[in-house]
Amino acid sequence: MVSSTNTTIVNERPHHTLWGDAWIRLRRNKLAMAGGIFIIVLTLAAIFAPLITPYSFAHQDLNAILENPSSKHWLGTDGLGRDVFARLLYGARTSLAVGIFAQLIVIGIGLPIGAVAGYAGGRLDNALMRFVDVMYGFPDLLLVILLKAILGGGIYQLFLAIGLVAWVNIARLIRGQILAIKSREFVSAAHAMGGMGPYITWRHLLPNSLGPIIVSITFNIPRAIFTEAALSFIGIGVRPPTPSWGTMISDGYAVIFASWYQVFFPALAIALLMIAFTFLGDGLRDALDPKMRR
Amino acid sequence: MTRFVIRRVLWLILVLLVVSFITFSLMHLVPGGPWDRDKQLAPQVVAALNAKYGLDKPFYVQYGNFLLGLLHGDLGISYSYQDRSVTQILMQGFPKTAVLGTTAFILALLVGITFGMAAALRQNTWIDYVCVMFSTIFASVPGFVLGILLIIVFSVILHWFPTGGWGSPSQIVMPAIALAALPAAFMARITRASTLETMRQDYVRTARSKGLLERVVLIRHILRNSLIPVVTIAGPEFAALVTGSVIVETIFSIPGIGRLFVQGIFARDYGLIMGTVLFYAFVIAIANLVVDILYGVIDPRIRYE
Repeated sequence: MVSSTNTTIVNERPHHTLWGDAWIRLRRNKLAMAGGIFIIVLTLAAIFAPLITPYSFAHQDLNAILENPSSKHWLGTDGLGRDVFARLLYGARTSLAVGIFAQLIVIGIGLPIGAVAGYAGGRLDNALMRFVDVMYGFPDLLLVILLKAILGGGIYQLFLAIGLVAWVNIARLIRGQILAIKSREFVSAAHAMGGMGPYITWRHLLPNSLGPIIVSITFNIPRAIFTEAALSFIGIGVRPPTPSWGTMISDGYAVIFASWYQVFFPALAIALLMIAFTFLGDGLRDALDPKMRR
Repeated sequence: MTRFVIRRVLWLILVLLVVSFITFSLMHLVPGGPWDRDKQLAPQVVAALNAKYGLDKPFYVQYGNFLLGLLHGDLGISYSYQDRSVTQILMQGFPKTAVLGTTAFILALLVGITFGMAAALRQNTWIDYVCVMFSTIFASVPGFVLGILLIIVFSVILHWFPTGGWGSPSQIVMPAIALAALPAAFMARITRASTLETMRQDYVRTARSKGLLERVVLIRHILRNSLIPVVTIAGPEFAALVTGSVIVETIFSIPGIGRLFVQGIFARDYGLIMGTVLFYAFVIAIANLVVDILYGVIDPRIRYE
């Protein structure tokens, strides 16, 4: 008898983890899934670009300049006779790389600082938060431009310039999360059992603030991608011949009346990628909100 | 209240000082100098120019001199426009950036609040769905990309508006929309959420049940209370909008502060970089200060110690 009761209980409520629940909720959100699929498809297309298009991003066909879209050049050619579709695919590499690697720097700086400030509190926390306040008073796009001008170079320096400015947000977020979780019972219990600060931070505080961190990163990636495009547009981002959507817009802008396709496609690509990340981020936020857990 | 404002103004001055110091240090780390030309100047000429403008002095002396000048409202001289001071150049750019920023901000407020309210009051109808859809899309498309798309449609294909420049009212339409779309969408989202929240409050039910006109309930009870979160984000949104104008001004060839900054970076024009960054930091600080003060006016529950 006892064992059959146990079976019924197990059947009534199968074991759910927070992440399993979140994934179920996320899967139900059509917009978020559409956004996620778009990002995955674009990433695959960027990685396997040589298999998709026969053209390279730098190959010039001087007999085919400023051509309109055709079966030969799907999205036309630019002012130097380069295939726009190929440049778009290879440009996605630049965009996605900036989006992702800048976040690695953001986390590398922001996570330890935010975690230490939130856990240690006191003077250290105070100093950090005052610094964050000052950084919020700084027009961040201008700061990225200045940093990029100092660092010079191409895409690696761009990761660094964006990361050095954007870590502030995540540090503040992590600090807030840790402050909120620090006073909960399970943390006191861990203390009572003799857990040390770094262990508790790593084992209890950070995993429990992972949800908001992931959501924040999902919203930060498109911001970094946009910054790259904007900087490359004004001519201070990646260096040619590295293809970038921002550079494509800036090149095509000069001949916009002759052929608006080459400005339109990269602009559309940026817009779609931004929207995809927003849909995914909104969906992740709803899915990871523990208040919605049944 | 007065003490609060004074404290905030002192903090503002401190922030601006730190921003100026960081910018000053970073600027001097940028490789190259203001005298780099395609045709290189003789070293003696460069040395003479450096001496004339005090660029040969140690870093802290230069920064000290800059601060002394700043106290007199003097931002120094621009190395690329040698006939004019930075203050004069900024004064020429300022009206353009200010008009563009203010137009875009008012547009964002009007459109954002109207659509946000409309969506909330007609929740779960097609009006709501359309508003939510548009606000989600526009909240993610940066002004720079929207500006490009507007140019393609309305300048290149339809020939309705010029691609850029400054002076006539038709030249402000597209940049203002490009700048306003993102904050408008953001405000619509916030307004919708907070209106839905407010409509469920007890005091709204009370107001209705004591027989107030729906219009009075709407304006006096719902609107006023649901705008509080909108005011909170209005400051950061205004700041983001003004900073966003750096790129939008470049696209639409508007000779405002943003374009001056970009020119300053390329020309290593220290005075111009310093002036424009401080201008932006100042605008952001003032916007946040105004929001903090407005907050208490619009919501009497908030008291400053």
